[in-house]
Amino acid sequence: MVKSHALRLWLAQRITGALMAIYALMVGSVLYVQHPTEYGTWKALFSTGWMRAATLVFVLSLVWHAWLGMHDILIDYVKPALAHRILKNLVVLSLAVYAVWSMRILWSI
Amino acid sequence: MNQARNLNRKDKQRPKNLDLRTVRLPVPALVSILHRASGAVLFLLLPVLLLGLQCSLNSAEHFAHIKEVAAQPFVKLLLLGVVWAFSHHFFAGLRHIAMDFQWGMELTTARLTAKLVLALGLLVTLLIGTALW
Ligand code: HEM
Repeated sequence: MVKSHALRLWLAQRITGALMAIYALMVGSVLYVQHPTEYGTWKALFSTGWMRAATLVFVLSLVWHAWLGMHDILIDYVKPALAHRILKNLVVLSLAVYAVWSMRILWSI
Repeated sequence: MNQARNLNRKDKQRPKNLDLRTVRLPVPALVSILHRASGAVLFLLLPVLLLGLQCSLNSAEHFAHIKEVAAQPFVKLLLLGVVWAFSHHFFAGLRHIAMDFQWGMELTTARLTAKLVLALGLLVTLLIGTALW
């Protein structure tokens, strides 16, 4: 495995970014081909197993990626320790909520 | 000496400090700043997007409602902004990863790919924008 902690985070940001890029290309092509502009077709798309699995990977990648990215941004712009801690916790909390929320959307269709 | 130089300068253009034609942000720097800005914007808009997704998948009525909401000019503009943020972040992110692997590091290549990223982000936004409306 990759030894350094910082390097692992760096790698994680690239891999999650690449996974999201693949998802975007995949879903973009499907939308382009299928034109799911009615409720029935739209719902059918998100009911397929592969779409749910892919969206799950996307959501998990996004949460991890956004956490790493927002962390970098906060380090650069928010220096006061207390404000930094509060914002960091807010980011983690909101991302956790978004992850659970996404799963509930995906599995309540 | 100084006076002579000043005289020579008389018919030349006086230097401007903030001549917008010459003082500008290098394109790679612009792409990089916009990559950060687009990442932050996407993060901040996540709850709005999730709410939209949830609503659209909830029922046929909700789906129709979301379509109506998305047709409003202000919402259209917002969505166009999201599309741009994502496309720019997408292309700039891939460029970033390529450069992490030492690809395209020469200055001329880096400038070219930066322009390409900027153009592709706008182009995709334009294409998706016209396709949707
Ligand atoms: C389309 C797939 C994506 C790719 C290929 C991608 C790629 C990248 C890369 C390579 C970085 C690292 C930049 C650096 O180290 O300076 C990054 C940063 C970041 N990304 Fe993404 N990303 C993607 C999607 C997203 C999404 C959907 C979000 C929204 C939450 C996001 C939010 C961020 C943030 C906030 C940063 C930190 C920006 C910075 O440090 O300047 N990314 N992205």
